[in-house]
Amino acid sequence: MCAAFPGIADIGSAGDRASDLPLAAGRFLTSAEVSTDLRTAYHRGGREGDAFYRDRWSHDKVVPSTHGVNCTGSCRWKVYVKDGIITWETQDVDYPSTGPDRPEYEPRGCPRGASFSWYSYSPLRVRYPYARGVLVEMYREARRAHDDAVGAWASIVDDPMKRRAYHRARGRGGLVRVTWDEAVEMVAAAHVHTLRRHGPDRIAGFSPIPAMSMVSHAVGSRFMALIGAPMLSFYDWYADLPPASPQVFGDQTDVPESADWWDAAYLVLWGSNVPVTRTPDAHFMAEARYRGQKVVVCSPDYSDATKFADEWLAPHPGTDAAVAIAMAHVVLRECFVDDQVPFFTDYVTRFTDLPFLVSLDERDGTLVPGKFLTAADLGDTSPDGPWKPVLLDKTTDEPFAPNGTLGFRWTAEPGRWNLDLEGRAPRLTLYTGQSETAEVLLPRFDNPEGRGDAVTRGVPVRRIAGRAVTTVFDLLLAQRGVSRPGLPGTWATGFDDPDSPGTPAWAQRLTGVDAGRITRIAREFADTAVRSKGRCMIIMGAGTNHWFHSDLVYRAFLTLLLLTGCQGRNGGGWAHYVGQEKVRPLTGWATLAGGLDWQRPPRQMIGTGYWYTHTDQWRYDRLTTDALTWPGSAGALAGDSVADCLADSARLGWMPSYPTFDRNPLDLADEAERAGRDPVAHVLDQVRSGELGFACEDPDAEANWPRVLTVWRANLLGSSAKGNEYFLRHLLGADGNPRAEETPPEQRPRHVRWRDAAPEGKLDLLLALDFRMTSTTLFADVTLPAATWYEKHDLSSTDMHPFVHSFNAAVDPPWQARTDFDAFHAIARKLSELAETHLGTRRDVVATALQHDTPGEIAQPGGVVRDWRDGDCEPVPGRTFPVLTVVERDHTAIAAKLSTLGPLVDKLGVTTKGWTAEVAPEVAWLGESNGVARTGPAAGRPLLDTDRKAADAVLALSGTTNGRIADEGFRWLEERVGKPLRPLVEHHRAHRVTFADTRSRPAPVVTSPEWSGDESGGRRYAPFTINVERLKPWHTLTGRQHFYLDHDWVAEIGEQLPVYRPPLDLHRLFGEPRIGPNGPEVTVRYLTPHSKWSIHSEYQDNPIMQTLSRGGPAFWISPADAAAIGVSDNDWIEAVNRNGVVVARAIVSHKMPTGTVYLYHAQERTVNVPRSETTGKRGGIHNSLTRLQIKPTHLIGGYGQLSFALNYYGPTGNQRDEVTVLRRRSQEVDY
Amino acid sequence: MRVMAQLAMVMNLDKCIGCHTCSVTCKQTWTNRGGVEYAWFNNVETKPGQGYPRRYEDQDEWKGGWALKRGRLKPAAGGRLKKLLNIFANPDLPELDDYYQPWTYDYRNLTEAPLGDDVPTARPVSAVTGAPTEVRYGPNWEDSLGGGPEHAAGDPVVRKLGREVKFSYEQSFMFYLPRICEHCLNPSCVASCPSGAMYKRSEDGIVLVDQDQCRGWRMCVSGCPYKKVYFNHKTGKAEKCTFCYPRLEVGEPTVCAETCVGRLRYIGVMLYDADRVTAAASTPDEQGLYEAQLGVFLDPHDPEVAAAAERAGIPHDWITAARRSPVYELIMRHRVALPLHPEYRTMPMVWYVPPLSPVVDALSGTGFDGEDAGNLFGAIDTLRIPLDYLAGLFTAGDQEPVRLALRRLAAMRSHMRSINLGEPHDPRGPSRVGMTAESIESMYRLLAVAKYADRYVIPTSGIGRAHDLEGIATTCSLDTYGGPGMLDGRTELFTWRDDERPSGLFPTLPGKG
Repeated sequence: MCAAFPGIADIGSAGDRASDLPLAAGRFLTSAEVSTDLRTAYHRGGREGDAFYRDRWSHDKVVPSTHGVNCTGSCRWKVYVKDGIITWETQDVDYPSTGPDRPEYEPRGCPRGASFSWYSYSPLRVRYPYARGVLVEMYREARRAHDDAVGAWASIVDDPMKRRAYHRARGRGGLVRVTWDEAVEMVAAAHVHTLRRHGPDRIAGFSPIPAMSMVSHAVGSRFMALIGAPMLSFYDWYADLPPASPQVFGDQTDVPESADWWDAAYLVLWGSNVPVTRTPDAHFMAEARYRGQKVVVCSPDYSDATKFADEWLAPHPGTDAAVAIAMAHVVLRECFVDDQVPFFTDYVTRFTDLPFLVSLDERDGTLVPGKFLTAADLGDTSPDGPWKPVLLDKTTDEPFAPNGTLGFRWTAEPGRWNLDLEGRAPRLTLYTGQSETAEVLLPRFDNPEGRGDAVTRGVPVRRIAGRAVTTVFDLLLAQRGVSRPGLPGTWATGFDDPDSPGTPAWAQRLTGVDAGRITRIAREFADTAVRSKGRCMIIMGAGTNHWFHSDLVYRAFLTLLLLTGCQGRNGGGWAHYVGQEKVRPLTGWATLAGGLDWQRPPRQMIGTGYWYTHTDQWRYDRLTTDALTWPGSAGALAGDSVADCLADSARLGWMPSYPTFDRNPLDLADEAERAGRDPVAHVLDQVRSGELGFACEDPDAEANWPRVLTVWRANLLGSSAKGNEYFLRHLLGADGNPRAEETPPEQRPRHVRWRDAAPEGKLDLLLALDFRMTSTTLFADVTLPAATWYEKHDLSSTDMHPFVHSFNAAVDPPWQARTDFDAFHAIARKLSELAETHLGTRRDVVATALQHDTPGEIAQPGGVVRDWRDGDCEPVPGRTFPVLTVVERDHTAIAAKLSTLGPLVDKLGVTTKGWTAEVAPEVAWLGESNGVARTGPAAGRPLLDTDRKAADAVLALSGTTNGRIADEGFRWLEERVGKPLRPLVEHHRAHRVTFADTRSRPAPVVTSPEWSGDESGGRRYAPFTINVERLKPWHTLTGRQHFYLDHDWVAEIGEQLPVYRPPLDLHRLFGEPRIGPNGPEVTVRYLTPHSKWSIHSEYQDNPIMQTLSRGGPAFWISPADAAAIGVSDNDWIEAVNRNGVVVARAIVSHKMPTGTVYLYHAQERTVNVPRSETTGKRGGIHNSLTRLQIKPTHLIGGYGQLSFALNYYGPTGNQRDEVTVLRRRSQEVDY
Repeated sequence: MRVMAQLAMVMNLDKCIGCHTCSVTCKQTWTNRGGVEYAWFNNVETKPGQGYPRRYEDQDEWKGGWALKRGRLKPAAGGRLKKLLNIFANPDLPELDDYYQPWTYDYRNLTEAPLGDDVPTARPVSAVTGAPTEVRYGPNWEDSLGGGPEHAAGDPVVRKLGREVKFSYEQSFMFYLPRICEHCLNPSCVASCPSGAMYKRSEDGIVLVDQDQCRGWRMCVSGCPYKKVYFNHKTGKAEKCTFCYPRLEVGEPTVCAETCVGRLRYIGVMLYDADRVTAAASTPDEQGLYEAQLGVFLDPHDPEVAAAAERAGIPHDWITAARRSPVYELIMRHRVALPLHPEYRTMPMVWYVPPLSPVVDALSGTGFDGEDAGNLFGAIDTLRIPLDYLAGLFTAGDQEPVRLALRRLAAMRSHMRSINLGEPHDPRGPSRVGMTAESIESMYRLLAVAKYADRYVIPTSGIGRAHDLEGIATTCSLDTYGGPGMLDGRTELFTWRDDERPSGLFPTLPGKG
């Protein structure tokens, strides 16, 4: 084959001639040409052996696809196929260029993705539908006794003995193969039974991160929406949502693409291990250093990112905010007080709430920070008045309501919702040197226990409308301890004052970071910001975002960025990357996923609240708001437990709550009809009279349990389930091992009913769709075999790059695997069929929360809590009570609706973030392109009956991928804003991406009102450039970026301004031991950073990744902690705390600080987990040691940016504040 | 002058993020098959650390590479006579434990476990025997300082430093070292092969094992000081990194290079004078070997070299490629790339740009700023990665070439920062490291902007061989031994054992599965 090759060299065979002859006398010697130095012999031919690797390399075709895992990568891969078999993958390099003078996106990928093809034919592939044998036997027996599948299902779940039997078997093996028909019938029967008996809000779907495969997500979500079942949020549940983003920006998360890191002149990696967690993007950081970017890494360990740092700061875990606060102290002192930097003062005056006036309230004889002063306080009696915070005019010294505040957003007279100050200059500070002053009580929590305390500092004040007022800026200076002559109170004596909150020396005491370095880095940061015009960036990650008080940590970071004018700039601002949250074609996806083309609204639920309640973690949570309040609290929350706060939030319409009422919402509509009443009025009557209760006020009542849960594209029980053992015991009725005691009576919730026996086994059905065996499939009652990412068509996008590209089927799903798309359609068809006899058409009373970016966000003025149950007001849906909507559902038409685009978009268009576009041309195009349904309830509607057609609908209905929609949206916004916005999309009106385009190459998106960055002309995406450059307001109360939050509940816990709080003190709160050695044990901080060898749980079972790591779960532990318990590298250890037990090996490394261990996030039981010495049972997963801790302020709603939207605002499932005891265990393990 | 052409690689360690994507794509493409489970043609090591296989750099123990005896090069393990005597008991051969015992898991248990008393798990089993096993060591055991104090102290380069290195939290340092076969100009593996099965291709210098001719003596395994030849325990033949010749021949970079998400690999042509290799490799002073190897390389812009190359039958495209070679730029023009362990005297052809690292805390606490142009060069000696350690890897202990390379990187950062901020730059900056603004900007473009076409300048092999060089099969290659389908009927690509066959994979095809 290869004989034509010129020659080969055989080195050394001639050089050592005398001794060579006996061995080298082979095929070559006779033809050899020997080099003059006798070193080398040259031969001809002899290339036949090369064929081995040529054959190995050869392949039939290469198909582009990507990976649908929550990693933000959205990398393009070439999948190699040989004889119909997927063989391996390498990265594609066909990204559109970033421009001639900057690095490209090619290649994107990571070792995890590179190992994916292993799954295709792996022995843990789910190849057939499986169900628990115990349940299958019961079902087959019941089916013989019942003609009808629904009756058969009911006979099992209604029988307590049977129910208990299959619940107890969950997670203990005994899976059997079933046919698709049988599996689908069981699943459909369970849904129909639950709808009829308990109601649609007792069913739920969990499938996270639509961006990682939009169609697969949307199809199931759409199915849930059509039957009225809630979809559970994930971004807040994962604690990937930074609540600071809605709090400060009024936006979920909006961040620069990674190519914009290149534009930064100063880069801080803060709690973000970029090479590990942003592997495909890390090169932009490495490369930007070569154009002089300085890199500072803040990380408690010597992380992979630290290698790239110019400087490494290692604050004690969870204390990062103190470093940032001290840096801001330096900037405030040197750039705002001692000197004024116009670049900074101009920015904060125009784009932040710092110049806004705040009244000071009297409490127990002292003043505390109060509410924003609004036009209503100045006599504006219009409904918009309370929504117009005011500024003080520098020239006239009169307060005025500037454009752009929330009062201008929903008003009947549009055109002034913009940031144009129209020539007026507001005062940033009221300080003149001679001004009136007042002492204000300000919160501090900087003691080891985190107890609320206070410091008194003075601010300049004016008397306006009978109130003492000051500016947010003046309060900030006081909070940060930056003194000015003549102001009363206790102040820092200098940067070296270790006792005064805010100073570098104070930060050093709390964090261990040298005060001199904090000062110097703050100066460098500010200096670079001025010289580069705002190109300083902080990449922040889960290391700082997964804490209970992460919102404060992030607000401290953002303070630094806003003060230095870095936000809304290319190369500047925050760069938060935790979760692949950016669905670039957002509008189309949301329309399909919510079933908004057929009926509105869908039920959407806060994940954390759902799990906290239904896994009964609330029964173990002794935390009350008293642990969070401070001396300036008004006492409104005193003594409240978290469960009480959740109930408040549901009742006031702040957060959604499902199941909502203690009765089937279909029955509620029937009752009303029988009584001849409007269902909404009926519900209100019943609630008022107390005959109808909220389910969350008695969550353990059987009527209020969730009954059916479907998990797809996710591994809930192996990955995100904080409080894993509580899930297993209470939600599933399986063998969970929570070790905590239930809360004693005196500390229990006051407004939530306590039932003595905690339920074990609430769910009737746990359904999983997956292609691999995970902790979730091990516990699921039914598991359906899913297609992998190389076996289906779908869409992918990310915040890291500005492209949309596709999944493509390199081969069809092998064995009996099906795409999620096909699986849900099968379930929908069966459900529609069974509904003919069991459900038909019913009406459903849907309760939803007051929503952000709708007029619901101006429901509750001033952030003042008025509870209808306490008689503060009437329960008015949409004002003081959840929104109630009656939706008619034809259950026999679910399948027909699932597979067509419904008529509601013809009438209402599509809406995102408050703007609307009509879509008639797109509906017509989809009808022509996809075809239309010929008969049935959806006759004439465009078809969405294949994954590719659905993908085309997503693209056609979104602004980023359809310039006409973007233009429509900007046209709508222009009317509201009163400023030109359409020029942003001027050159892209005809831009149109189809699914075929995304297959041939990653398709660039265009500037769209779905997002806040201007991408025109090939500009790199950076958030909020449209706000800064086009004066479009942020979606907040003031329309500016917020330092200050004035809601009642925020004031209760002293967080109006970003303040330092240490990690939760679990010794004080829950009786865990203190950090440090204790006999044969050591207590340590327990952190679960993202893994180098997996993406959440995906890949952690992959033998290639296990081979490159340690072969199973492992703790990273410092040499000192290891020595304290006599452990060497690779020894087995056990970690035990009140929540559970983990068995894993030790990786002893000097890169770890003493007192802290890491166990990579998402270490499952499925691979190499022996039994525990402590329990005798299988060791736990990483989340066996965690439990949910909800921060009450995340439950606020109905107030400006603090309003619910799915994955926008809600309680986080944080887990960073945890501690555990470690001990060496017997090295003999048994499985 | 005997001009020869070699495709060589440079890896910029300063950009390496230690992600191991290169290792995995290589493994998946070439060695996810029985017999070479433990073999990683490309691996990535954390430094300081013992590496893979353990302590391979300790040639006192392994006796790889060449030794200079009485001015003449001899294989360090002894001449062929000695090898002949030891042919059945090679004393210098690493054992599987020195690499690691490959393992997989009993995954079937997850699906097939009967109803029991606990959650099923997949316990580790040997990938060789299928028997239950324990995981005690792996090919990347020391990743990111894992096992730090215990393992890193055994790093042969650390031991050679002759001073104490503290493996403590405060003084942590590390970097990653990706390694493939060096495709040496003076390969000791080829010299060690008793069967004449190893050869260096004359057209591009790739070193290969002829799978037909190999007799499995394993002298190449011990002869290679980098331990980059592996023994396939199923076929009984040696295997090694092929520099992805089926890709290079058609102008595509190696898999490890193209899939490198750190974008730190460069492939290009180096012209060298084959007649000078022996003398250079015989340079008496180990610290002179780096300069000596530079002396072997030829300047492709030199018309005389070009003419000699043409006379030697090197195609015009290859000479043109040599002039555009990024590897030549980094090795010869900018002098920022250095060889790995030149003291092994094999004249390696995969070179490395050394890494910068954070300044030590003690220094930064004092307000010293390494970014400041005035402090720039002082900072180099205060980086966390000790200069002498890097010199132990790249220049047989001579710190000057390493210092120069790091200073040039630092000068580039300083110079480009001025441009980035739109501020005037100090013209003395480049000259202090022997460069000009133009050459620094050119190096910046190559290292920072690093477009695909600039990273890989790969001439294709001669025309007329399309079929031989095919990347796309025209025959059924699944059945080929070592093909992904595996001749023995196994479809799973990595961990299926011989007695397993996944039934029902093609349910639509009657008679199969």
